[in-house]
Amino acid sequence: MSAPPEPETALPHDEDLFTPGHRACAGCAPALAMRHLAEAAGEDTIVAQATGCMEVVSSPFPESSWGVSWIHDVFANAAGVGSGIEAAYRSFSEQGREEFTDHEDTNFIVVGGDGATFDIGIRSLSGMLDRGHDVLYVCYDNEAYMNTGIQRSSATPMGASTTTSPPGLESQGDDTTKKDMPSIVAAHGSPYVATASIGYPRDFQEKVERGLEIEGPTYVQVATPCTLGWEYEPKDTITVAQLAVETGLYPLFELVDGELEDVREISDRRPVREYLETQGRFSHLFEDEEGDAVIEQLQDFVDEQAEDLGLDR
Amino acid sequence: MSTSKEVPERPEMLKGDRAVAAAVRSVQPDVVSAYPITPQTGVVERLAEFHADGDLDGEFLKVDSEFNAASSCIGASAAGARVFSATSSQGLKLMSEPLFTAAGMRLPLVMAVANRSLSAPISIWNDHTDAFAERDGGMIQFFAKDVQEAVDTVLMAYRVAEHRDVSLPALVNLDGYILTHVKEPVEIPDEAAIEEFLPPRDPHATLDPQDPVTMGPVGRPEHWTEARYTVEEAMLAAKDVIPEVTDAFAEQFERRYGADYGGFLEVVGPDDAEVAVVALGSVAGTIEHVLPDLEESVKIVRPRLLRPLPAEQLRAALGDVEAVGVIQKENSPGYQGSLAGELKSVLYATEDRPAFRSYVMGMAGRDITHEDVEAVVEETATAAETGTPERFVDEERWPQVDPDMLSTEVTRQ
Repeated sequence: MSAPPEPETALPHDEDLFTPGHRACAGCAPALAMRHLAEAAGEDTIVAQATGCMEVVSSPFPESSWGVSWIHDVFANAAGVGSGIEAAYRSFSEQGREEFTDHEDTNFIVVGGDGATFDIGIRSLSGMLDRGHDVLYVCYDNEAYMNTGIQRSSATPMGASTTTSPPGLESQGDDTTKKDMPSIVAAHGSPYVATASIGYPRDFQEKVERGLEIEGPTYVQVATPCTLGWEYEPKDTITVAQLAVETGLYPLFELVDGELEDVREISDRRPVREYLETQGRFSHLFEDEEGDAVIEQLQDFVDEQAEDLGLDR
Repeated sequence: MSTSKEVPERPEMLKGDRAVAAAVRSVQPDVVSAYPITPQTGVVERLAEFHADGDLDGEFLKVDSEFNAASSCIGASAAGARVFSATSSQGLKLMSEPLFTAAGMRLPLVMAVANRSLSAPISIWNDHTDAFAERDGGMIQFFAKDVQEAVDTVLMAYRVAEHRDVSLPALVNLDGYILTHVKEPVEIPDEAAIEEFLPPRDPHATLDPQDPVTMGPVGRPEHWTEARYTVEEAMLAAKDVIPEVTDAFAEQFERRYGADYGGFLEVVGPDDAEVAVVALGSVAGTIEHVLPDLEESVKIVRPRLLRPLPAEQLRAALGDVEAVGVIQKENSPGYQGSLAGELKSVLYATEDRPAFRSYVMGMAGRDITHEDVEAVVEETATAAETGTPERFVDEERWPQVDPDMLSTEVTRQ
């Protein structure tokens, strides 16, 4: 019996715009999102990014994973910084300043996690949307402040255990529902709002491409499980992400000019319970009747949402 | 090529806010970010009118907060743009977080700060607590005495801030109301003159995708100290650049600031004066007015910069006086006003350390009267004549405090 061929020890990454070697955990979905995002956007791109996991892991000076131009300033202001960059290019193009790439040919992208987007940076995002900057905002949503060690954000789902919403004698984990950020963005008059999941990377990339194509402030929110914060094995990242979609907890849709244009329909929608039991952050819900009541509450919420969106095929 | 020397501008009567806006119009920044706050609002209102009339060509961003006024200026500056914003008080506080990063990332931007007290209690009136709260951020800080100086300092600030050796944010402080809302005759250099005075920006790096860069990375313990040190170096470089720029400005526009002190200090009064009064901003005008009535031999030493602090020039101007009295529109609760602390630190290296008195006055719009100034001079002169420990006391005085309004005994009057 002959020996199997030697595996390739190095994959070619010369063309990558988000290169490996960054400090993200094994099984990190946000890191996958950054790679797919950079690939979809291409070279003529400027990214302004909020403080958070993806900022920290990708830019430990003197190293950088970014093959596109990239700037990080503070936690709450990525959309403000992105607004300024886009405005500068608009001004340069109007002045015919040839030392700068034309505004038309440049992709302006802002990236923030859910804490940077739903909570601390919502003012900056709201201003960017209101002013109508030609910027795509990408929120990678891992449903808590993971960079600081898993604290709840307003994107954290009801029942999830985090370090600031721990279960206890009088607690079943986080006690509020996830903030409806896509609707908030759409209500600003954004021409394109979409949700995506790292479980469906091509769909995510298509939505990024569409968000960049459409003029004005657009928004793509991509569900990106966190192996550390959600407590599952790194190998299960994609499965967990897909289950969130298949149970209806994380519906994938596109809102064009505020109208629901496309929904990823689900045939044979699976119970929320199947998703919850894959993750340690929900394990306390399976211990007693009170936990069971939260699961029921979540199922009711999902059923209602499924009906609103026409999720069931 | 015609210069402003050949075609002198006609003085106009303008309020400080309008005048600063007119100066910014001559600069024609690529991006202006505007958010209202009293008493600055008139600056961005006037710029909005210029933009509406097609006289201000760049992008005019009506932002959601001062936080994003600063943030959008940072983004635009990183892109390579020339930018402007303006604020006051709480607005400057809200800008504080991003402004510190502008310095750390060596991104030049110019802002007018119409100085106003910080809450609480809320007050719209003038003092310098806002500017001093930002002292340690790495922003260059100018202080103007009158409307013309505010105009000219905004123009000079661009050339200093954007100089490649400096590349830092710069704040131009002008006293709220006292300068923003008072009309003075002022000359506004026109666009052609500014084009001659101010070279195009030549940034070290931009975000242009033709040459991708990473800005604002994580600095670990093995690099952070050096990053901060470069801000310190840039401030030291500004000490060389400021005199050059002040000279160039004087040559082109025939208005010279800080003659004999490299643009850093305005000194009025006899060189060999026994007493020096130190103050920032417009109150120096009041003090100048009082000088001729005084028996004592007094000079006013007015720093035009808080950062970089002109330590050498201050030593030159103050080293030989018998006593220094500092009038400060700020204080750092727990230990003195910052200006007093800094002056003492500067004077420590002089041979005959002058007696020193510091006064907290003019807080939140309380007028500093001739009588107030006379009392300061008199007490400072007396301090020179008495021995230790009276020559140098820790405690600063609050001569304007009204004891009847307080339940505790006032010890610092």
